[in-house]
Amino acid sequence: MRRPGFLSWALWFGYAFLYVPIALLIVYSFNENRLVTVWSGFSVKWYGELLENEQLLSAARLSLEVGAISATVSTVLGTIAGLALARFGRFRGRTLFGGMITAPLVMPEVITGLSLLLVFVALEGLTGWPDGRGMTTITIAHTTFTMAYVAVVVQSRLVSMDESLEEAAMDLGARPAKVFFVITLPIISPAIVSGWLLAFTLSLDDLVIASFVSGPGSTTLPMVIFSSVRFGVSPQVNALATIIVLLVSAGIFVASVLMTRQERQRVRDEQMAQQGG
Amino acid sequence: MSRKGFIPLGNRMGEGRPPGFDIGGTAVVQWAVARLRRIGLWGRGLVLAVPYVWLLLFFLIPFLIVFKISFSEAVLAQPPFTGLFEWLTDDSGEGGKLQIILNLGNYIRLWSDDLYVLAYLSSLKMAAISTLLCLLVGYPMAYAIALAPPARRGPLMMLVILPFWTSFLIRVYAWIGILKANGILTGILSSLGLVDEHFEILYSDTAVYIGITYTYLPFMILPLYATLEKLDRTLLEAAADLGCRPWEAFLKITLPLSMPGIIAGSLLVFIPAVGEFVIPELLGGPDTLMIGKVLWNEFFSNRDWPVASAVAIALLAFLVVPIMIFQYVQGKGHDGEVR
Repeated sequence: MRRPGFLSWALWFGYAFLYVPIALLIVYSFNENRLVTVWSGFSVKWYGELLENEQLLSAARLSLEVGAISATVSTVLGTIAGLALARFGRFRGRTLFGGMITAPLVMPEVITGLSLLLVFVALEGLTGWPDGRGMTTITIAHTTFTMAYVAVVVQSRLVSMDESLEEAAMDLGARPAKVFFVITLPIISPAIVSGWLLAFTLSLDDLVIASFVSGPGSTTLPMVIFSSVRFGVSPQVNALATIIVLLVSAGIFVASVLMTRQERQRVRDEQMAQQGG
Repeated sequence: MSRKGFIPLGNRMGEGRPPGFDIGGTAVVQWAVARLRRIGLWGRGLVLAVPYVWLLLFFLIPFLIVFKISFSEAVLAQPPFTGLFEWLTDDSGEGGKLQIILNLGNYIRLWSDDLYVLAYLSSLKMAAISTLLCLLVGYPMAYAIALAPPARRGPLMMLVILPFWTSFLIRVYAWIGILKANGILTGILSSLGLVDEHFEILYSDTAVYIGITYTYLPFMILPLYATLEKLDRTLLEAAADLGCRPWEAFLKITLPLSMPGIIAGSLLVFIPAVGEFVIPELLGGPDTLMIGKVLWNEFFSNRDWPVASAVAIALLAFLVVPIMIFQYVQGKGHDGEVR
C-alpha cells in the first residue's frame, strides 16, 4: 500500500475528531457539578432530574409519534418513488419527478420550512384544512423531506440488484404487482428497513422545519433542546444526549446484526439452490 | 447491465392487466378505467401518482407560493401579507377585471441594504471554506478505508456513518462545552501554557467552521468512498511499474478518477451549508453573518413573511446552479449503472 503511515494517521485522526466530542458529552453527563465542564465527582442526578422534566418528556413523546408516522408514510411513498426511478424506465414527467426527489436532499432547511409553512397557510385559506398548525403539519413536512432519503436508498439498492429474478417471474406470467410483492420486496427489504430508520432519525432530529410548521402547544424534542442550549451548556441536556446516543447505537447495532444474518441466510439459500439445481 | 428481456415498462403504462381480464362492475366503472388507462393513470401510473402528487403539492407548489409572497407587502393581519390578485368590479358588481399588484420593494431592500448582500457573500464564503475542510479531512479517510482489506471496509464505514445517526443538534451542542471559555479545549491548551484560560473559540467564525465540518463530514466521505472503492487498483500498479512516484500517481490517476465523488460530496456539503441556521446560531458570534440566520430572524423576530420569502428566493437563485449540477451528477451515477 502507498504511504500507509500517512493514511492511517489521517483515518485515526478523523475517527478521533468524530468521536471525542460525543465521548466527552457522555463522560460529563455523569458529572456532579452544575458547571458542566468542571469535574467534581460522579453522579447520576441529572438523569433523575431529566425524568421529572414534564415539558421535555411530552416533547419527546410528540417527537416519537411524529417520527413513527412520518417515517412509515415516507417509507411507502419513497419506496414507490425509488421503484419508479429504478424500474419504470422513461415515463411522462420523469425529469421533474427525479428533480423533486433529489432536490430535498440538499435544500437548505430554512427554505423547505418556510415554503411548507406558506403552503399550509394557503391551503387553510382555500379549504379550511389544516385547521391551525401542529402535529399534522409537522408530520406532513417530515414525510416530505424524509421521502427523498428513502427513495435514494431504495433506488440504489434496486439499481445494484440482479433483475433476472424479476424477469423470470414476468416471463412465467406473474403480473407486475405480484412480481413486486413476491420477488422485489423481500430482496430490497433491508434497504426499506434502513430507509425507515433513516427517515425516523431525520424526523426526530429536525429542528428548523418543525419550528416553521409547528403551532402553539406542539413542541418537539429538538425545539426544547434548542431553547435550553441557546443559553449555554446544561447538565440535563448532556444526560439526554447520552440516552439518545446509547439508544441510537443499540438500534443500529441490532439492525445491522439482523441484516447481516439475513444476508448470510440469503447467500446460503442461493448457494444451496445452485447446488441443488 | 442489459435491460433486454425485461419488457420496457414505459410502454406498458396503460396496460397493467392482460386482455380479457374482467374488471367486473358496471359499464361506468369500465368506462372510467378505460379513461384512466388512456391517460396513463392505471396500474403503474396510479401507483406512481401518489408520491408524484404529494411532491407536487408539498415540494413544488410551496416554492411557487414563496415566490408569490415575496412580491407582497407585510401587514398586521392573519396571514401577515397582502394579496397580489384582486378582482375589481364597478359599483353595480359587473365588468370585473383582475388587478395584480407586484411589490418589488422586498427585492430592492435586499439589494440596497448591506446586511443582506454581506450575509449572502459571507454564507457563500463560509460554506466554501467548510467544504474545503471537509474535503481535506474526508478524502484521506475515504481513501484509507477504500484501501483497507474488503472485510474491514464495512465496519470502518459504519464508524463514519454512526455519528450521523445520533442527533445533529446534540453533536453541535457537544462542541459548546469543548470550545467555550474555561471549556475542555481551553483547559488543555492553557495547561500546556499555550493560551491563557480566558481564551475562547466559541462564538466565532472558527467555531462555525469546526461545527459545519464536524456535522457534514459523513456526507463528504460517503460519495468519496463510493468512487474510490471502485477505482481500478491495477492502474496504480502499472504507474508504479513504469517508474511513477506514489504522489505523482495519486495526482495523475487517483485524483482525476475520483472527481465525481469529490463533486458530489462537495455539493452535498456546500449547498445545505450555505443556508445553515443551527450551527451559526449556536456556535457563531454576533458578527457571524449567515443568510439562514437572517431569514430565520426576518420570519420569527420581525414577523416579516414577504421579506423572508424574498430572502429565500434570492438564496435559491444562488443555489440553482449547484443544485442542477448535483442532480446531473446524481442522475449520471444511476444511469451509468442501469445502462
